[in-house]
Amino acid sequence: MTSYRFGTVPEVVEKLGSVDYLSDESIATVVYLADRLGKPVLVEGPAGTGKTELSKAVASILGANLIRLQCYEGLDEAKALYEWNYKKQLLRIQAEQGREMSWEDVETNIFTEDFLLERPLLAALRATEPTVLLIDEIDKVDFEFEGLLLELLSDFQVSIPEMGTVVATKIPMVFLTSNNSRELSEALKRRCLYLYLDYPTIERERAIVLSRVPELPETLADQIVRLVRSIRQMELKKAPSIAETLDWARTLLHLGITELDADAARTTLTVLLKFQTDVEKVAGHLQIPPRPSDN
Amino acid sequence: MLPRILDFTHALRDAGVPVAISEDLDALRALAHIPIEDKEAFRASLATTMIKTEAHRPAFDTLFDLYFGAGRGPKALEERDEADGEPGTEEEYLDDLFRALLSGDSQALRDLARRAVARFGRVESERAGSPYFEYRVFRVVDMNTMLGRLMRDMEEGLTPLEERMWRDEFEARLRKFREEVQAEVRRRLAEYKGAEQVSKHAVRPLPEDLDFVRATRDEILQLRRAIGPLARRLATRLAMKKRHARKGRLDVRRTVRASLSTGGVPFDTRFKHRTVHKPELFILCDISGSVAAFARFTLMFVHAFQAQFSRVRSFVFVDTLDEVTRLFDNEDFLVAVDRMNQEADVVWLDGHSDYGTSLDRFWKQYGNDLSRRASVLVLGDARNNYRESAAWVIKEMRKKAKRVYWLNPEPAMYWDTGDSIASEYARNADGMIEVRNLRQLEDFIARVV
Repeated sequence: MTSYRFGTVPEVVEKLGSVDYLSDESIATVVYLADRLGKPVLVEGPAGTGKTELSKAVASILGANLIRLQCYEGLDEAKALYEWNYKKQLLRIQAEQGREMSWEDVETNIFTEDFLLERPLLAALRATEPTVLLIDEIDKVDFEFEGLLLELLSDFQVSIPEMGTVVATKIPMVFLTSNNSRELSEALKRRCLYLYLDYPTIERERAIVLSRVPELPETLADQIVRLVRSIRQMELKKAPSIAETLDWARTLLHLGITELDADAARTTLTVLLKFQTDVEKVAGHLQIPPRPSDN
Repeated sequence: MLPRILDFTHALRDAGVPVAISEDLDALRALAHIPIEDKEAFRASLATTMIKTEAHRPAFDTLFDLYFGAGRGPKALEERDEADGEPGTEEEYLDDLFRALLSGDSQALRDLARRAVARFGRVESERAGSPYFEYRVFRVVDMNTMLGRLMRDMEEGLTPLEERMWRDEFEARLRKFREEVQAEVRRRLAEYKGAEQVSKHAVRPLPEDLDFVRATRDEILQLRRAIGPLARRLATRLAMKKRHARKGRLDVRRTVRASLSTGGVPFDTRFKHRTVHKPELFILCDISGSVAAFARFTLMFVHAFQAQFSRVRSFVFVDTLDEVTRLFDNEDFLVAVDRMNQEADVVWLDGHSDYGTSLDRFWKQYGNDLSRRASVLVLGDARNNYRESAAWVIKEMRKKAKRVYWLNPEPAMYWDTGDSIASEYARNADGMIEVRNLRQLEDFIARVV
């Protein structure tokens, strides 16, 4: 009988809330099912909506180690799974020189635990402690590597030719995040549960802002999230993320602003927006007159 | 339950959402772990196991509503409507709606949407099918009047900033209300005709599949939103392709240098990268009424990944041609496309497409700028209003430039009908390609760049 990590969906919501990750029912359902079905979760969505945060929060409520594999183009088995420490092996062979040893002896000597460099994926498989594996920005890797992941994520085992097959002692919770810079293969998607993290609703974002910046007056928080929502509906080069909303809230707090007016918005808009054209467009939409010094 | 879920899966597949058998099984397995009577948990479980791209989510939600919404037949529907109680006057209803919109209570809005459809949406008719229609509701509930009323209520010493924020807020709430009404009309239709019948027409095509020329206003907005992400995805794909393609000869010096750390054994081989020249791009767009939307989207799309080209020069024409490159230089390309329509000097005579004059003008004025590193894209339906074709320009262009392609937004079966002289141009270009939606545009660009 396998033991599950979570009892019910509301329990997940509550636990995530206790580590300041404000989820909703659909997020919690996916996390809950990932545990129950033993399946990895593929998390997609715009930048800065808490994709990476989610796996950190899950690790934290489970008291688990978070093992993180940051993906990039050209990532290969040697960097992600395991590698033989060939420099150490060479040294060993040289040290053994002169002594009478058969090839078999040498081989069994140098392909052992001592010479194995464990990389994140293997580490997650062999972990005896509770573990959450985060594979970040999976859309950056090449197709070949996706194939390797596929095998790993469906069976949770991997074979090392010199040592035999490593099977996961306990299936870890796995999160993959993607910024959707390319389509992932159908096969990989089929193996995963899917979660799309969009910009939060006004209510949820207000709660997030208030929990992260507790000193903020509620009315100001309300104005902030509504203005941000307004801005996100425009066609911009880069829409503000949750992280930027939080930055903005902190900025206003530090400046001692208690009510958001045109003046406050104009001077701090650059915290929220990262392109000059976007700043101008938003200022126009909100009918904020340009800075006097700009004229 | 099981047959219903299987029917639902079929409807999803019919709507173009690929659901694999293994995903179906996952969904069923997931249902064993959740309280099935909790509708939101049920929806979330099906979604996470069956839907693997956000673009498919609207189709999923629409169909989910139809298949698991109600389904007890018209009789039950009428009984429920009666249970809602005695309806008040039209004014009273509008007052209720006004209050709900003001407070933003989403549950109340949902109820009001249902009441509105029951009350105003019904048309007495002899024909089979559902008697409920969306337009009937909005004949009574005028969205603009409502917005005006809401804004008037707020207008007590509001700063322009606050006014803007409230306007955006109310518009969002009104949109929500409209969506609720549409969903309710669909649900009622499903009660009369069965979910299977309704689902065939209920799901709107994905933004990538929308026809440029036939898109409605709402759809055009959707298209504009879809362009950015799509272009980014394509740019990454092209960049990857290029990086892989340019692996060149063995770099002996760097390989030997790298081998020093392994005692002279060349473990790591290093290669020289070949530099790839980026092409220059000339785009000539017909922006006369019939194909303007197509030209706009193509221009936006191309400018969204400008980095792939050393330079993009844009020209627009109706019956004469003008260069609009400067508009795109350091401006938001969305704004540029809107400005282009007002500022470009493209009408000379009567405002009907004249490909001959326009091509002729391009050749005389800019023809010398073409080189072997330039690619030319001509965009238009090749409907020349029975004028001179000047197809020789295309032929000359092809001699000087690397490639000349013609993108035609008309279905290929209509080419050469009426005043279309598609094949006359196609003969002289490297190819004429049918591009009616974003997907075809993406395919084309991925293939040739």
